[in-house]
Amino acid sequence: MSDTPERLRYMADQIARNFAAQGEDRAIAATAEHIRLYWDPRMKARIMAEDRTHLSPVVAAALERLERGLA
Amino acid sequence: MGYERQRDFGTPEVSAPTQVALTVDGRAVTVPAGTSVMRAAAMSGGAIPKLCASDNLAAFGSCRLCLVEVEGMRGTPASCTTPVAEGMVVHTQTPRLQKLRRGVMELYISDHPLDCLTCSANNDCELQDQAAAVGLRDVRYGYEGANHLAQPADASNPYFDFDPAKCIACSRCVRACDEVQGTFALTIAGRGFASMVSAGQAGDDFLSSECVSCGACVQACPTATLREKTVKQIGKPERAVVTTCAYCGVGCTFRAEMRGEQLVRMVPWKDGKANRGHSCVKGRFAWGYAHHQDRITTPMIRDAITDPWREVSWDEALAFTAGKLKAIRDRYGARALGGITSSRCTNEETFLVQKLVRAGFGSNNVDTCARVCHSPTGYGLKTTFGTPAGTQDFDSVMQADVILVIGANPTDAHPVFASRMKRRLRQGAKLIVIDPRRIDLVRSPHVEAAHHLALQPGTNVAVLTAMAHVIVTEGLVDEAFVRERCEVDAFEEWARFVAEERHSPEALEPVTRVPAADLRAAARLYATGGEGRSDVSRRPKVNAAIYYGLGVTEHSQGSSTVMAIANLAMATGNIGRPGVGVNPLRGQNNVQGSCDMGSFPHELSGYRHISDAATRALFEADWGVSLDPEPGLRIPNMLDAAIDGSFRAIYIQGEDILQSDPDTRHVAAGLAAMDCVIVHDLFLNETANYAHVFLPGSTFLEKDGTFTNAERRIQLVRKVMEPANGFADWQVTQALANALGLGWTYTHPSEIMDEIARLTPSFAGVSHARLDAEGSLQWPVDAAHPDGSPVMHVDHFVRGKGRFVVTDYVPTDEKTGPRFPLLLTTGRILSQYNVGAQTRRTANSVWHVEDVLEIHPADAENRGLKTGDWVRLASRKGETTLRAEVTDRVAPGVVYTTFHHPETQANVVTTEFSDWATNCPEYKVTAVQVTPSNGPSDWQEDYAALSARARRVVPAEAAE
Repeated sequence: MSDTPERLRYMADQIARNFAAQGEDRAIAATAEHIRLYWDPRMKARIMAEDRTHLSPVVAAALERLERGLA
Repeated sequence: MGYERQRDFGTPEVSAPTQVALTVDGRAVTVPAGTSVMRAAAMSGGAIPKLCASDNLAAFGSCRLCLVEVEGMRGTPASCTTPVAEGMVVHTQTPRLQKLRRGVMELYISDHPLDCLTCSANNDCELQDQAAAVGLRDVRYGYEGANHLAQPADASNPYFDFDPAKCIACSRCVRACDEVQGTFALTIAGRGFASMVSAGQAGDDFLSSECVSCGACVQACPTATLREKTVKQIGKPERAVVTTCAYCGVGCTFRAEMRGEQLVRMVPWKDGKANRGHSCVKGRFAWGYAHHQDRITTPMIRDAITDPWREVSWDEALAFTAGKLKAIRDRYGARALGGITSSRCTNEETFLVQKLVRAGFGSNNVDTCARVCHSPTGYGLKTTFGTPAGTQDFDSVMQADVILVIGANPTDAHPVFASRMKRRLRQGAKLIVIDPRRIDLVRSPHVEAAHHLALQPGTNVAVLTAMAHVIVTEGLVDEAFVRERCEVDAFEEWARFVAEERHSPEALEPVTRVPAADLRAAARLYATGGEGRSDVSRRPKVNAAIYYGLGVTEHSQGSSTVMAIANLAMATGNIGRPGVGVNPLRGQNNVQGSCDMGSFPHELSGYRHISDAATRALFEADWGVSLDPEPGLRIPNMLDAAIDGSFRAIYIQGEDILQSDPDTRHVAAGLAAMDCVIVHDLFLNETANYAHVFLPGSTFLEKDGTFTNAERRIQLVRKVMEPANGFADWQVTQALANALGLGWTYTHPSEIMDEIARLTPSFAGVSHARLDAEGSLQWPVDAAHPDGSPVMHVDHFVRGKGRFVVTDYVPTDEKTGPRFPLLLTTGRILSQYNVGAQTRRTANSVWHVEDVLEIHPADAENRGLKTGDWVRLASRKGETTLRAEVTDRVAPGVVYTTFHHPETQANVVTTEFSDWATNCPEYKVTAVQVTPSNGPSDWQEDYAALSARARRVVPAEAAE
């Protein structure tokens, strides 16, 4: 994890992995909420700008949720 | 307050439902049944002569001075060992008693040096007092006979002397070591006339014995036999000021006993509810750093960290700093600025730093060292219980029947609380220890854990889930509690999850390395106090309490582990009454307080999220500013953003992130990338090597304010001397705020506390005046809890219903492999504190001069290592060298060290992995290799050179 985008991808994925046991829908909502509550705006902007195909499906869905203002 | 010792009632307080009435010398007094005659006499205003009795020790009845006459009783019983009885009529002074007491005193004094005028206990000596009380005028035996006066003194301990020539063999020191401290280092060797206090084995002195230098024996000694060296050097104190210790999260209160502005000694305050009159080696003795020659008292600035420091006036330093901060804000925006509050500073100071960042800098980029220790406690307990704090007071442990200690080493890190815990264990409470290392509690004198689950580092969640599996599948759940107090749907989901076969102790044994049978037995003991199902319906219900530390939080699943602990406590009904609960043992003295004060980037004081418009409006109206509604950066995020160029200035009060935070190279790179690093500290710490501004700080002895300990107890810190640097830390922060044009006008920390109370519901009833009157208060102190809250969640959880959270075991990504086959875990030692900035500058270093690496004999053998060898400790992040200690305290495959010394800098090897929810670093798991070494690592050499360069100072005159 040498640069910030890589670190942010890892952090988002780690959050999603820890919510995974709650089932996919809840994991998506919880991941989105977690990022909204605890990440600084520049971190949010940075992960939003990532290529979603490189992210885990739960993280990608969570970011989409965040974008739509649902978290 | 003038100087006088705290009143001693002779025997411990008794609590009993029935009261007994008696008369002592004609004075009527009513006391709880079981109270001694001696204590009843003291409570009614008398003072029966005594030497071997003290109200923090069980009655002993050896000195024969406290004899009394009781109407209807034969002889002259010792008042310390005689319990009161209804209608008893006691006479404490009769011609017969006077004669007996004089005779006893004559014997004592015939073998005691008569050097009172030059004795360090002169006028502060119980033997002297009692000689006066019994009217001793003559010693008929003379002084020529056999005696102990030529015994050599033992000055081996750096803080106190042992002079057996003055010993009266009352055993108070031995009993204090046994009963109060629980170390059992002292004994009376020999018999009769040959009886002598002895530390450790024959041939030991105090320093080489098991003595932990807590000083309880010194405090107990009625003569000058055990005496603080400072009293010898300075003299008897003239006044005493009650204040709160600035070391660990136990929050002991002390009488700072003073002569002028010189501190003579610290004596634990008997009325302090956190420590109940006990202390450890750090709090009682390790305060000399306040006057250490390394202390910086003049502000210093420099344009670049490659320049030497320039000593300047406060005005120049503040103007320089404000100019830099404004320029950075103008060019890069408010979010380029931030700050770190200190868990070693007061609530008031912490509150001001976060206010400066939010209201002055205009960002929410404020964080605190709890980020790297107990942030998962905040997240985990808020999610499950509704409030991010421990549920009990320390007294609660005395009602616990089962004590589960996980990821904590109380005898080293929270020694005064550990002494209470050991006292309870000696009374028969059962102990479960979950720790990769065989900590002292596992087996020490008169204490032995029923179960020690020596798990593989990083598998806490798996172990706790397996315990939950046993509790659920064996029918040990407290269903009535769960139904009444918790969200039932969430419980059922959790119960189904943990009951899956893959979570059984047997299935998880290959991962946790904990034998399944041991784990099952430990789970049954925690849930029932016994061996399982047949004990479930036991009445009264068994109390089981969980105590945990950084071995829980400092993992990639720290928050999950905290929630798994909360789940266990709820499932077994161990919440909401004395003797139970979930108890985080906090690292630094004011970690709880700094979190309470809004030091986290996402929340304002009282744990209210920054996105909550109503809360923000409250602060905006009070402060006259508008606040950023978005959360700010956490410490590791600040360092990342600094390297990226979007975060450029930081104000760090009382923290040394370069040494304490993980992945030192990354911290160094982040700091080096910033334009303005302001360090506000006592010493040129490691972080200051990367600073542009150094603002001298003040010690806890030099300021007023409050600390909040691990039991949510708010206690006053009182100034006993003028700040060596001229200002208390809150004044420095205010001066910086005013240099930025904020116009703050606080004249005393009590005004800051008033603001905190005004803006924080859980502190609504707190003020310095109330704390002064009542000694301490445990938050919440509000309309519903006007006198504070010793136990939380009594009738309902703060969040309403308790919430079970499914915590799946997600293994850390830090893996061992061929290159790094061992797991490193880190911790603390008794004599040193945190990064050691304070304790390394005291005589405590005699116990721990360097960090050492504990390694199992099998791993040492494979590498050809023996104790004392230099070894290279390497991870994929970096390497350092230190000496090895071969010990089976650690399991094969696990190595352990401390992080107290900058020369070792253990964090060069720790990684960037962190807790998923809070970014609390994973200090406790690093894959490493250990090999023989013959010299310092490149990093150590480079860093030593950098430190020497960075610490050059040009004095003020030369800078003209």
